[in-house]
Amino acid sequence: MSIFEYNGSALVAMVGKNCFAIASDRRLGVQLQTIATDFQRIHKIHDRLFIGLSGLATDAQTLYQRLMFRHKLYQLREERDMKPETFASLVSALLYEKRFGPYFCQPVIAGLSDDDKPFICTTDSIGAKELAKDFVVAGTAGDSLYGACEAMFKPDMEPEELFETLSQALLASVDRDCLSGWGGHIYIVTPTEVKECTLKGRMD
Amino acid sequence: MGDSQYSFSLTTFSPSGKLVQIEHALTAVGSGQTSLGIKASNGVVIATEKKLPSILVDEASVQKIQSLTPNIGVVYSGMGPDFRVLVRKSRKQAEQYHMLYKEQIPVTQLVRETAAVMQEFTQSGGVRPFGVSLLVAGYDDKGPQLYQVDPSGSYFSWKASAMGKNVSNAKTFLEKRYTDDVELEDAIHTAILTLKEGFEGQISGKNIEIATIGPKRIFKVLTPAEIDDYLAEVE
Repeated sequence: MSIFEYNGSALVAMVGKNCFAIASDRRLGVQLQTIATDFQRIHKIHDRLFIGLSGLATDAQTLYQRLMFRHKLYQLREERDMKPETFASLVSALLYEKRFGPYFCQPVIAGLSDDDKPFICTTDSIGAKELAKDFVVAGTAGDSLYGACEAMFKPDMEPEELFETLSQALLASVDRDCLSGWGGHIYIVTPTEVKECTLKGRMD
Repeated sequence: MGDSQYSFSLTTFSPSGKLVQIEHALTAVGSGQTSLGIKASNGVVIATEKKLPSILVDEASVQKIQSLTPNIGVVYSGMGPDFRVLVRKSRKQAEQYHMLYKEQIPVTQLVRETAAVMQEFTQSGGVRPFGVSLLVAGYDDKGPQLYQVDPSGSYFSWKASAMGKNVSNAKTFLEKRYTDDVELEDAIHTAILTLKEGFEGQISGKNIEIATIGPKRIFKVLTPAEIDDYLAEVE
């Protein structure tokens, strides 16, 4: 089993009309044994920027702590929040620093730019950025997620429809992957509010 | 000076609470050629005298005003070689920021980091402070900005400022003529008039340097021909 499949994860972010949604599964496992069913994979950097970290959980935790550290200092020095594009560049640089002993994580970054336009991107474990206009996926359920999103995605969805679409895509994909599942966590972010929901799917 | 017995070491305060080397550095700045900057409502202009030691010097090869990024430039009063070192360090810091964030460094951040470098040299062993004061002009998302950085590492944001030989006359002149809504073109004329005030000899495009940054956010050093045009307008 590869080190990226040790804990199991599923992460997806999708773009809507002036909004975005980011969702993850809730299982934390040690190979085939399930340890926790309420594991938080998505973290808030600030009100308009979220990052989800798939892959090895210990590296995800450390990477998240380092990124919060950098962002807090940035906020103090520059007296403003980081733009999503800037944050994505920072993540990429941090990951490449460990080029020859990398973090075994694949981050998914989702945020609202200054003009309220949604921004999503993912990087591989050594920082190669992949920008997308529709959706990005990561984790052990990644391949299934690609299929489900490709089939269900429509451009310019309103927040309610985006929530439905993304939830269905996530739950359908994790059912095909034994290492992720046990429900889902989804955040829908618009310029005015952030809605956080827990999904109940097949609890296995 | 009564505290001269404490001026052998940078890292020692004198009894009056001063770091004497910094005072001396400010004296070096004060005897340097006049430079000034004016922040307009839609841009910033910086200018300096360019008095060369002899008519045989090729004035085109002397560049006292330098750009640090496409939208930030700097001029100095004091020791030219110290200025070159600071410009080099600042440019590197600006590029490092860009490499990390893929974004142009904000003016305040670059000024802060340059000032931090200058402060380091007032608290390290075996070095002396920089003998220059800088006027940093930039235009970023916060609008046009003008900062002065001193050898001690302290920095201030100014609407208009002058440094060097003729500083008190120049500042009085600027205080009288400055208005909050002055436009860039008028600011350039005011800058020329301020330089003319204390200028010994005939002012021309070859013995002053002027640079501007406008709403397009591009830092541009004016050519001698362009300066001569402005000089003609001012007459």
